[in-house]
Amino acid sequence: MNDMTPPQKSSPKDWESDQEVRWCPGCGDYAILKAVQRTMPEIGATPENTVFVSGIGCSSRFPYYMETYGFHTIHGRAPAIATGVKLANPQLDVWIITGDGDALSIGGNHTFHILRRNLNCQILLFNNEIYGLTKGQYSPTSAVGTRTPSTPYGSVDRPAQACAFALGAGARFVARAFDVSKELPATLVAAHAHKGAAFIEIFQNCIVYNADVFAGFTEKANNHQQLWLKNGEPMLFGSEKSGGVKGIALDTEKLTLKVVDVPDGDWQKAGVIVHDVTNRSIAHMLVEMRFGEFPMALGVLYDDPRPNFDAQVGEQMASASAGKTPDLQKLLAKGQTWTVAA
Amino acid sequence: MASAAEQDLASSKVAGAKPPSEAVVVRFAGDSGDGMQLTGGQFTLSTALTGNDLATFPDFPAEIRAPQGTLFGVSAFQINFGSDEITTAGDAPDILVAMNPAALKTNVENLRLGGLIIADIGEFNDRNLAKAKYDRNPLEDDSLSRWQLVPINISQLTMEAVKPFGLGNKEALRCKNMWTLGLALWMFDRDRQPLVDWLKAKFAKAPTLADANIAALNAGHAYGETVELAAPLKQHALAPADVAPGLYRTVTGAEAIAYGLVAGAQFADLPMFFGGYPITPASAILHYLSPLKEFGVTTFQAEDEIAAVASAIGASYAGQLGVTSSSGPGIALKTEAIGLAIMTELPLVIVNSQRGGPSTGLPTKTEQSDLYQAVYGRNGDAPLPVIAARAPGDAFECAIEACRIATQYMTPVMLLTDGYIANAAEPWKIPDLASFDRFPVQFMEKAPESGFMAYARDNKLARPWVKPGTKGLMHRIGGIEKQLGTGNIDYNPANHQAMTDIRRDKVAGIKVPDQIVDQGEAGDALVVVGWGSTYGPIKQAVKRARAAGKKVAHVHLRHIWPMPANLGDLLRSFGSILVPEMNTGQLKTVLRDQFLVDARPLNKVSGQPFTIAEIETAIDTALAGTRG
Repeated sequence: MNDMTPPQKSSPKDWESDQEVRWCPGCGDYAILKAVQRTMPEIGATPENTVFVSGIGCSSRFPYYMETYGFHTIHGRAPAIATGVKLANPQLDVWIITGDGDALSIGGNHTFHILRRNLNCQILLFNNEIYGLTKGQYSPTSAVGTRTPSTPYGSVDRPAQACAFALGAGARFVARAFDVSKELPATLVAAHAHKGAAFIEIFQNCIVYNADVFAGFTEKANNHQQLWLKNGEPMLFGSEKSGGVKGIALDTEKLTLKVVDVPDGDWQKAGVIVHDVTNRSIAHMLVEMRFGEFPMALGVLYDDPRPNFDAQVGEQMASASAGKTPDLQKLLAKGQTWTVAA
Repeated sequence: MASAAEQDLASSKVAGAKPPSEAVVVRFAGDSGDGMQLTGGQFTLSTALTGNDLATFPDFPAEIRAPQGTLFGVSAFQINFGSDEITTAGDAPDILVAMNPAALKTNVENLRLGGLIIADIGEFNDRNLAKAKYDRNPLEDDSLSRWQLVPINISQLTMEAVKPFGLGNKEALRCKNMWTLGLALWMFDRDRQPLVDWLKAKFAKAPTLADANIAALNAGHAYGETVELAAPLKQHALAPADVAPGLYRTVTGAEAIAYGLVAGAQFADLPMFFGGYPITPASAILHYLSPLKEFGVTTFQAEDEIAAVASAIGASYAGQLGVTSSSGPGIALKTEAIGLAIMTELPLVIVNSQRGGPSTGLPTKTEQSDLYQAVYGRNGDAPLPVIAARAPGDAFECAIEACRIATQYMTPVMLLTDGYIANAAEPWKIPDLASFDRFPVQFMEKAPESGFMAYARDNKLARPWVKPGTKGLMHRIGGIEKQLGTGNIDYNPANHQAMTDIRRDKVAGIKVPDQIVDQGEAGDALVVVGWGSTYGPIKQAVKRARAAGKKVAHVHLRHIWPMPANLGDLLRSFGSILVPEMNTGQLKTVLRDQFLVDARPLNKVSGQPFTIAEIETAIDTALAGTRG
């Protein structure tokens, strides 16, 4: 601690705008909004330097409820708009709010490229596995067999896995959480601390069109199905009460992950892996774990920064401009010219 | 010694009385062993077959085989073809195909200003450069900046094309002339079949050679198509009387737009952000802007057209001047985002280098068929100002005007140009930047005493521009209908009516200069109304008609939307109205709609610009049906 007067810390209340929140009662979005408003003071953010950019969908109404700068754009394009914002002013703290349809269907291309370029921003993908705002059609993350007005006999196409997509696109930070989780603010803090594109998939319960689709691990009774990953700690889940502590180990023959029992807390003997957030190979395996056979991997799955796009663009601007005077009149007369006499 | 350019101007002054030529002059030049006479002869054949009138001029050394690569060993063949009557082989070539350094050196000075050089870089090695007495490689310095240079490794591409036929190196390289010919045939839409037949007959006893030559011909043709190489269309030179004294250079429309955008951003006192995605013929603007980093220009090659415009909108939101550019198909993709810029009332300049459509259409051919798209082509009542450049040099001023309107009125602006303007080079009097009006942007940095409202209005109906990062002025914007004043979401019917009216009135109220009459005067029997790159042929046709005593005027629109306030009365003063357009009558429809005038169309969508004769004929027809 030092004895300088710290700037007055904001409170979550300071981050609430004067607009009436208009999600359905009981929507998971409320919990995410609260978590974000709680996170802002923690990370020392200032409202005027914070920009929330969103696309279209229920989640994308989010910016209206934050007392920051906000841009509710068009369907799927938030990453592209955010790229312009950040390149124009890298000092701004840019948060992208998107959903499963917005980010993985209509905006899949932009999601891919913002991750590939590694723009310094936070991307919060609210995944409810359904199109809510358009009244309940199946989404690119809906499970096979999802019955909706557009798939009355059940959907037949395989769902996209958001975190596997993000890693494949080259993301350097991938995390998972769910709407009502106590761990959500800590996950957001970690995402913000990461320099570069930080991708967080947040499972969000749509109580109207896809209620309880994540109950298998979000319900209190199902806590033992949550694998909360902590850097440097063994990958353990479950408890004695839920039928024994288990862990994730490497099947060295098949080069896959497997669930192992951890009797007497001896995880080393059971071969449980210690989570290393910079291990990209393991991260690929974690995001591919099928829920049911495996628990749901949550928390920071991968975090290994590398240079970010906006900084690199800025550096190139500076180095290419160094020592040059911008004289447009001179530029116009560059090359061969001739004079026509009066 | 006067430069070649000065000589050109001088000779054009002498020849000023002659009507300008519309023909294209192509000169093939290479080593006498390169088969230039053969290339030229076959190009002549195919040109004649398409019905073009033509004249040719073989120009080869007296020696049967002068030493290879030397200046006196250069052989050339010139052809002048066009739809007008051709009486000579043309004075200054428009295109020079230089197969080696010596060919370049001996021929380039005759190339017209802004003409196109196609050079085989495969032959520009140290040995050949020395033989041609070049100290430095002219393809790599500024010495050819008066012309447009397209360097192609013809030697290597030919070798690749004929590889399957197992020819020796020397034999393979002799197919270069056919490769070059294939490229020329692509550029001028000539048929390959007569040549294929001819090659088969010529090499009847050596079918491998026939096949190799045909493969080279096809490869050159395919290359032109793949890289979307367009023939530089001839700009109608200014009449000598119009050449004002001053410092000149050549400029293409793409260059002029790039520089005009930089100037516009400077006059607005803003850094510029350019989001682009490669597309013919618009990419050149991205290329010209990308090196200009010291001018505060950030260029961003986006993942697609939508991201290009969206990033520009994001940059404008953050306080830079957002610019995006494309051609018709790309503009179509950007349309939803342009609507967002209209709704959020952010500045944005959109450059459309029009090409033949619909769909992919004719990427290398020129057309003016995106006027409806520019003026009307969005969902909802979504007005935006539209400006059209008439020529490469004019595009500079138009780009500045687009920046002015975008920043002063907080609106996206569409700047229309076309493939013809973008690619063509013309002599340009370098403008004095000090003579332009500045329009520095004032960001809102403090709430006014009445309180901050994101959609408050100034006397131009523009809303305040607040940069994120400004303390105390946090607010949210978006594509959902805004509440009058506050900018909060509002679905109320009366509010939507009021906001729609404001968006309409803001754009309708943009101050644009009164329309001037280019030639003739109000009240003439006929007015020819044009926009964009039809300027040259209309100007010449009207000039000829007036010289013949006909009462014909020329009005050329820069401001397509909103239109100049005096335009309706002006148009109504003429006996009749003729609107030549490279589309099926788009401006004609807008003029009829706006002013209830009897505007008559003259349309052409062949991918080629109007000829002077076509417009002259239409003038005569129109006059014959006029009350006088």
